[in-house]
Amino acid sequence: MSPGLYVHVPFCRSKCPYCAFYSVPSAAPVPIWFEGIQKEVLLYKGRFDRFDSLYLGGGTPTFLDNRTLSGLVDHLFTHFDFAADTEFTIEANPCDLSGEKVRLLKDLGCNRINLGVQSFNEDTLSFLGRGHTGEEAREALTRLRSVGFDNVGVDLIYGLPGQALEEWLETLRCALSFQPEHISCYELTLEKGTAFGTLREKGNIRPMNEEDGRSCFLAASRLLRGAGYIHYEVSNYARTEAHCSRHNCKYWEHVPYLGLGPSAHSFDGKDRWWNVRSIRRYAGLLNTGLPPVEGRETLTEEQMRLESLALGFRTRQGVDLRFIAPDAQSMAALSRMEEAGLVNILDGRVIPTEEGFLVADQLPLYFS
Amino acid sequence: MDHIRNFSIIAHIDHGKSTLADRLIQATGLVEDRDFRDQILDTMDIERERGITIKSQAVTLPYVDKKGRSFELNLIDTPGHVDFSYEVSRALASCEGVLLLVDAAQGVEAQTVANAYAAMEHDLEIIPVINKIDLPSADIERVKEEIEIDLGLDSDQAILCSAKEGIGIEDVLEAIVKEIPPPSGATDGPLQALIFDAHYDPFRGTIVSCRLFAGTVRAGDRIRLMHNRAVYKVEEVGLFRLNREPKKDLSAGEVGYIISGIKTVSDVRIGDTITLDNDPAPVPLPGFKEVKPVVFASIYPVASDDYRSLADSLEKYKLNDAALVFQKDSSAALGLGFRCGFLGLLHLEIVQERLEREYDQSIIMTSPTVQYRFVLSNGEEVTVDNPVYYPDPTAIVKGMEPYIRASIMIPERYMGAVMDLCLERRGVNAQFNYPTPGRIEIRFDMPLADVIYDFYDSLKTVTQGYGSFDYELLDYRESDLVKLDILLNGERVDALSQIVFRESARPRALHACEKLKEEIPRHMFKIAVQGAIGGMVIARSTISPFRKDVTAKCYGGDITRKRKLLEKQKKGKKRMKMVGSVAIPQSAFVAVLKTDKDS
Ligand SMILES: Nc1nc2c(ncn2[C@@H]2O[C@H](COP(=O)(O)OP(=O)(O)O)[C@@H](O)[C@H]2O)c(=O)[nH]1
Repeated sequence: MSPGLYVHVPFCRSKCPYCAFYSVPSAAPVPIWFEGIQKEVLLYKGRFDRFDSLYLGGGTPTFLDNRTLSGLVDHLFTHFDFAADTEFTIEANPCDLSGEKVRLLKDLGCNRINLGVQSFNEDTLSFLGRGHTGEEAREALTRLRSVGFDNVGVDLIYGLPGQALEEWLETLRCALSFQPEHISCYELTLEKGTAFGTLREKGNIRPMNEEDGRSCFLAASRLLRGAGYIHYEVSNYARTEAHCSRHNCKYWEHVPYLGLGPSAHSFDGKDRWWNVRSIRRYAGLLNTGLPPVEGRETLTEEQMRLESLALGFRTRQGVDLRFIAPDAQSMAALSRMEEAGLVNILDGRVIPTEEGFLVADQLPLYFS
Repeated sequence: MDHIRNFSIIAHIDHGKSTLADRLIQATGLVEDRDFRDQILDTMDIERERGITIKSQAVTLPYVDKKGRSFELNLIDTPGHVDFSYEVSRALASCEGVLLLVDAAQGVEAQTVANAYAAMEHDLEIIPVINKIDLPSADIERVKEEIEIDLGLDSDQAILCSAKEGIGIEDVLEAIVKEIPPPSGATDGPLQALIFDAHYDPFRGTIVSCRLFAGTVRAGDRIRLMHNRAVYKVEEVGLFRLNREPKKDLSAGEVGYIISGIKTVSDVRIGDTITLDNDPAPVPLPGFKEVKPVVFASIYPVASDDYRSLADSLEKYKLNDAALVFQKDSSAALGLGFRCGFLGLLHLEIVQERLEREYDQSIIMTSPTVQYRFVLSNGEEVTVDNPVYYPDPTAIVKGMEPYIRASIMIPERYMGAVMDLCLERRGVNAQFNYPTPGRIEIRFDMPLADVIYDFYDSLKTVTQGYGSFDYELLDYRESDLVKLDILLNGERVDALSQIVFRESARPRALHACEKLKEEIPRHMFKIAVQGAIGGMVIARSTISPFRKDVTAKCYGGDITRKRKLLEKQKKGKKRMKMVGSVAIPQSAFVAVLKTDKDS
């Protein structure tokens, strides 16, 4: 498979209290970031095969001014080689999607939009610190359709403290009414280093309990699969096979990817490396001609195998049996999992069921 | 000999014994202040953490008093737990006096009393020292009253000090010189040296710590250990300064060390008397006792591959701990290991901790047990200290278990609670003494098995730390004994089997089921935990499976993080023991043994 290209745009209108990705709530450092990106592109020029996916993520790429955004895309297409059918995704925020912006995205060649809707419920949106209303999200979706975007993904969040199952299902139904090609359902995680994480440490907020989390997960899966979607990864659904996010699948299948920008991760099939987080350090290193790399690891075969288990049990592709050692303990574990309805074994692969997805973090631990 | 003083500091835990010892060492200039490592006498980590001294050690302090006379003050440290009460008694036997240290805010406590009585038994001069007078909560008058009433000592004599602030240290040193009598004994008679400690030095072999009561010993002498008549040639004698300081000879009254080619610590017995081979003393010093293990448990490596390394570690450990005995053992659940004998439960815990910490061994220890005896229908009598060898129950005519005589000293107000505890532990034959008003000594005959099952901790809890406890072995008594098995998903975990008194079986089984439920992490399938006698299940619990355990997002940076977490989890799991497909953490084996009176 061809490699993918990711560009991290670390800017947001404001920080969402649950988000752990690196971003700053200001446009001021955009110029030095952009200068950095341009230099970093040159560092990797010619070092990866032709890409067939491009993903602008963040942060909020649509928060960039039009000139920078077009400059960025130009620069990427000038210096890197892309396949004709490249999947070109931009993450977008409903409040940035003016008619003008939507047309620009189209003109830039973007053929897939991933919209950070999160919810259509006003209370939930304000709890999540989102700067938009449900109505604005609906308008953005309509606008995208009207300009002809035929591959639109919607990000949703569930599992807020005290959230009722019915409220979550309403958001899902509302999303379905737009027939998006892709839906991501993320359970809210109160991660360390986020505002919610801090509240959690202080005991002011608690994650949804296990049983309610299960119900939300299973209900979503039932509803979406009923509507014809494929549940192809723990948190991801696609309307057809072709609509599974080509770029994201690369992360899960050890396909090489190059990540540009602060905090971005790259993988070339053997080595993984990650960039420094701070924009200033990122730009500074590039100014002195150095790669802005914070750390690097070479994956051993054993590590690759462990990752294949960890990642495989999260996807509908499952795990190739050759990654599972044929010892007595592993085999016993496998048949127990099958008995318990957590996996099915099909054509030399161990495929997780819905129940298997729910304990995907546990499954790899049972194999030697 | 007039210039020698031999003394110990005795105190309840945390009253400042180590701090005071440090101050004395500093004040006498044995070490430069800047070289001073805190609390020099306690050298082992575990001792420091638990605040107890396990092995006694000694140090000789040079001191010039106010009148300009020079002295050698031998400070002999004592361990502070009933498992080591014999070692304490030998350390005290080596002294002429003690500093009885009392916390000015806490006052007289259980160990203060027990220690004071021990010192009285040895006829030692007791100097009460009230420490921590710098504390705002210090109540010197009350403490003095307690010293008078609880201990029957003259409190006017008490010295006030703050070990932490260095107040009154000079007074303590002066009192040692003035109040404690110098040792007596003829330097030219036949040698009599009391062994009160021994430790292993990788370069020199066994270093014996002793107190000379008569005679003289020097390098080149041939010495004899009186209990086993073994003879060794003395390589070096000397004093304990901060390090060993060789000396031409040691003579009556002195405290020092002897190095004589003794290979391991187990070749010497604490409490034994050393004499000269060519001019032996007619009798050894009184009080020698062979310490025998009373508690047994098996130790297994977590990973079976580590068996050799565990064997090596035990051998090395044994060099320094004569009280530990061990031999090979094997279990269906846990593989190859060792059956070990210990002085008591604390000794067991110390061995376990030191093996893990100092020797880097991951081990699993099975339920401790005592030595049972069974008379079988064929007339044979068998001794069983391992549940695995519990005889065929149909062949048992009668079972017997060891009893001890417990002596518990408490303030009167705890009498009800302690009586309840002792009766619950099958105590019989109660007797009461009133050594001082307000205090009571309760004596009970109790099965040792019930004492090693967390009795000491329970006693501390019900008496809020004011109960002191000591015991001696009595005899074997008839008892209705059964074997309790623990099953996980129907599979018996032999390492969790216990021999128990029939009436205790059900509560024990319930306890084990509850503890295992708490300690065994959830799996992806349900785990049934059962306690059973023979085929009959008498207790059960269920560990429910994971219902949900999955990270929401897994993209670029999450993958490395995820893998590292998995690697850590897998490593943790490697440290667990697999029984069938159930992973049991070490903590579960330990938790099953503990009661939870204190939670
Ligand atoms: N305030 C105060 N604290 C003290 C004094 N002596 C010891 N301590 C503290 O009491 C605690 C126990 O002291 P330590 O010497 O370890 O007691 P041990 O268990 O008897 O050896 C430590 O935290 C010491 O710092 C003192 O004179 N005054």
